[in-house]
Amino acid sequence: MSEIPHLLVHEQGDSVGVVVVEGLEANTDMLVCVTHDNSTFRLTALEGVPIGHKIALKDLAKGDTVFKYGEDIGIMTADVKKGHHLHTQNCKTKRW
Amino acid sequence: MTDLSKVTIQGYRRDNGRVGVRNHVLILPLDDISNAACEAVANNIKGTLAIPHAYGRLQFGIDLDVHFRTIIGTGCNPNVAAVVVIGIEPGWTQKVVDGIAATGKPVEGFSIEQNGDLKTIMNASRAAKDMVHYASELQREECSISDLWISTKCGESDTTTGLGSCPTVGNMYDKLLPHGIYGCFGETSEITGAEHICKKRAINEEVGERWYKMWKAYSEEVIFANQTDDLSDSQPTKGNIEGGLTTIEEKALGNLEKIGRTSQYIDILEPAEAPQSGKGLYFMDSSSAAAECVTLMAAGGYVLHTFPTGQGNVIGNPIVPVIKITANPRTVRTMSEHVDVDVSGILRRDMTIDQAGDELIEMICRTANGRNTAAEALGHREFSMTKYYRSA
Repeated sequence: MSEIPHLLVHEQGDSVGVVVVEGLEANTDMLVCVTHDNSTFRLTALEGVPIGHKIALKDLAKGDTVFKYGEDIGIMTADVKKGHHLHTQNCKTKRW
Repeated sequence: MTDLSKVTIQGYRRDNGRVGVRNHVLILPLDDISNAACEAVANNIKGTLAIPHAYGRLQFGIDLDVHFRTIIGTGCNPNVAAVVVIGIEPGWTQKVVDGIAATGKPVEGFSIEQNGDLKTIMNASRAAKDMVHYASELQREECSISDLWISTKCGESDTTTGLGSCPTVGNMYDKLLPHGIYGCFGETSEITGAEHICKKRAINEEVGERWYKMWKAYSEEVIFANQTDDLSDSQPTKGNIEGGLTTIEEKALGNLEKIGRTSQYIDILEPAEAPQSGKGLYFMDSSSAAAECVTLMAAGGYVLHTFPTGQGNVIGNPIVPVIKITANPRTVRTMSEHVDVDVSGILRRDMTIDQAGDELIEMICRTANGRNTAAEALGHREFSMTKYYRSA
């Protein structure tokens, strides 16, 4: 892959990808790679997000289940729009 | 690719047949109040290592059992050539001596009551000096890579551990377990959210059911019995959250990447328990706190530890080399002195998991042959006893 990806997604169907570059700025036209099959697509980051943090791949509403690794990783506690930061401010475990 | 069955390392073959990769002479306190004497002996006799710790008095029940298993197991570890044990009184001191003596290695016990620190230190120093002479003449010899017992636990995890460093360890296990190594993973609390997957990774249904019962008992008896609030600040930790992990489920799924794609665990170990079911992968019921977990696995007999980190956990162990692996380019940039294996290429997609696994295996061999890890060079010797409940 000649261009370094900005965002990595574990599985097709996941709700989120992980920022893997430092200093990602708003309005970056990101190269997104799904690690399971090495397929790629483009997505615009709508805010600056730190390395390691997640960006929503689609619009999610409060109460929606979030998928990563093809598995349930928690529930949305607020709405989030595609391209925005998804973390503890809008997502939480179902365990405790 | 290299034929792993032919790969050899230079190790110390002990009397009981086990292979060590370090050659420590330990000055081992039975209890907290013997720390000072142990440290004095280690100061007198160069080439020895004292392991001070916080407990050992008025413990009882399973809390005392895990204390003895940890102390005796540490002395029995093949990375240890010989041991001086010091305790406040002779009874429990002798119990530790007898436990370690079963390996055939030199071990002597000293108790402080009716002697005082100074006489104990003098007598123990003479024994320790003889042990240094003995250990320093032992030679490394050619051993198979399959003689290695390799444990794993990750720390200061973030989203890059699930993408890069944990799958690297998993790839290593998928490649080395078929050649006859012993493996070990654990961190009972951090499987929460991936327990349905972990249960299925047992060698058979019976082992999977036993694993699930153990995990469920832990959740009920430790987590839910003691929780005072939502655990969102403890699991994931503040460091995990800073690194981008949002929930325990997300953390657990990344954690479980350490056992690869094909590896299955064959049995479940109590904390600090040595495997009894032959070669293969084991799950050890253990804390997810780095120093406690690595201490328990070392006491179980594991001689090398592979430690994936995201945000940069700096942990080491007194007797077991801890190999740090990270895929986070920021951690490589800001904390390079703590990193043994840089797999950040996985995130740039210019390194495959398969290549990263090979690099880790190469580093395991180099470390087994004597290369000091980053944690060893930086003097990280964290030794933390696991405690079930307060002492009597």
